[in-house]
Amino acid sequence: MKMNKFKEKIIHSLFFFNGLLVVLILLGIFALLVFTALPGFEEIKVTEFLFKSHWNPTSYVKPAYGIVSMLVSTLMVTFGALLIAIPLGIGTAAYLTDLASPRVREIAKPIIEILAGIPSVVIGFLGILLVGPFIARLFGLHNGLNAINGSVLLAIMALPTIISLSEDALKSVPKSYTQASLALGATKWQTLVKIKIPAACSGILAACMLGMGRAIGETMTVLMATGCAPAMPKSFLGSVRTMTSTIAIELGEVPYNTTHYYALFGVGLVLFVITFIVNMISDIILHRHERKTR
Amino acid sequence: MKRCLQVLAGIGLGLILTTNLYAREMVQIKGSDTLINLVQRLSEVYMEENPGKFIAITGGGSGTGIAGLINGKCDIANASRLMKSKEIKQANSRKITPKRIVIAMDGLSVIVNDRNPISKLTKDELGRIFRGEVTNWKEIGGEDMSITLYGRQSNSGTFVFFKEAILKADYSQKMNRMNGNAQIVEAVKQDVSGIGYVGVGYVKKVTGLTVVKVASASGKKYISPLDAEDVKSGKYPITRPLNQYLNGIPKGAISHFIAFELSEKGQRIVEEEGFFPIPSEYSDFNNKNLGM
Repeated sequence: MKMNKFKEKIIHSLFFFNGLLVVLILLGIFALLVFTALPGFEEIKVTEFLFKSHWNPTSYVKPAYGIVSMLVSTLMVTFGALLIAIPLGIGTAAYLTDLASPRVREIAKPIIEILAGIPSVVIGFLGILLVGPFIARLFGLHNGLNAINGSVLLAIMALPTIISLSEDALKSVPKSYTQASLALGATKWQTLVKIKIPAACSGILAACMLGMGRAIGETMTVLMATGCAPAMPKSFLGSVRTMTSTIAIELGEVPYNTTHYYALFGVGLVLFVITFIVNMISDIILHRHERKTR
Repeated sequence: MKRCLQVLAGIGLGLILTTNLYAREMVQIKGSDTLINLVQRLSEVYMEENPGKFIAITGGGSGTGIAGLINGKCDIANASRLMKSKEIKQANSRKITPKRIVIAMDGLSVIVNDRNPISKLTKDELGRIFRGEVTNWKEIGGEDMSITLYGRQSNSGTFVFFKEAILKADYSQKMNRMNGNAQIVEAVKQDVSGIGYVGVGYVKKVTGLTVVKVASASGKKYISPLDAEDVKSGKYPITRPLNQYLNGIPKGAISHFIAFELSEKGQRIVEEEGFFPIPSEYSDFNNKNLGM
């Protein structure tokens, strides 16, 4: 009996440390980013960093460290991707839970999961060879290295997350809700739109937010498919250069402990803060919704 | 049981052999994307001729290779540009003395799509195009069509070389930053309005492109980088040496491989890969730096 209690205690503390470790890692990453980014601001003005659009640390004339055009680029591709992925993802999830026969579901589900496993470089290739030329022809452009290309590819990458999580959310809506709705004479469509989706709203929202996190942080695909021109993007048909691709391009060759090096960590910090806020908002919405449904 | 032991012994022996191989004969090469195919080919032939020697090559751009040499992460840095004085100082402060040798000559080639009627440009026009001062082909005698620029990313030696040799200022902010020579070739092949620059080794066997003839100034002769004599003699205005940087005078496996690169056979491979063999002035330069 005593032995059992002892075991219980050990297991208890083991799980506690696991939880603690995750928190420590997160704090560690945050601290590393802050402390490596800070020395850069001895030379760079914070206002220049945050509000100027010109980024050219290896300039021939005078280095410039403004992140606005990168920030705009990142937001453009991310929201473009969500605009495509959310309707498609929720639609697919609704089809899989409500309409698909068990056989179709059995085949479709693993395929969607495989989609999640495709390496981002391969998706980038697809962007260069297939999606890019197609977009160029569609819009009558000379080339397809633009924000739309990036958005489409990121949408493909965010889809599996959105589909699987939305499907789980829709599935967990109590059967009685659906049955009650159908019994009252609502059509399948009305039941889905008016009952099931609102009931599963929190889960679906979380799915979209996670998909967004995937899109913001993705590097290789956008690096290959969006042209990476550092100019301020003017439209979705022009080239964009996201924060992730800037870090990936420049960190490999930057001499350690120079202003440029610190500035890249600064960009990383901004990226981290953005994803942090996104996750935080989704968390708050989730909790609020939970309280309401209870 | 006996069999099991044999297998184990075999694995053990294999491990010892491979670790020895790594310890003794492994040469790490890193850097320029322009040089990677050439050096890869050189090393393949070399390893075939010298079993037991092992050479590992990775790309990443000249900047990455030079950073690797400074940080002691590789034995040889491929570089399509020269080391900057800042980098040499950094290397010295880490007790590394970079020695430069030249293994091939490159006529940095400017390419446009073959549906674009433009076939020759002056150095000055190139500068204006890539600085973003000229944005339509009609301004330099072409069709009425906006220009799409394709260049490399800042870790590329070609990016730095072209900037310093032709632009003498910053690239246009609108230039697409591509991830390697091959991507630029691919992009310009598809884009009728495109213009890009790549090592000559990347254009020889490709269709769908026009390799632009370049003149050093207006009124001077337009010269193609595909002309071996003009590149070797330096008449082609964007001729550049392709370099390797070493730490000090090389010994053992490194020196053996370099001797092969500079040998007649090595230089023949250079030509097969589309680049040009080194002229005699650079051979003398190499001998001096190799302590011969």
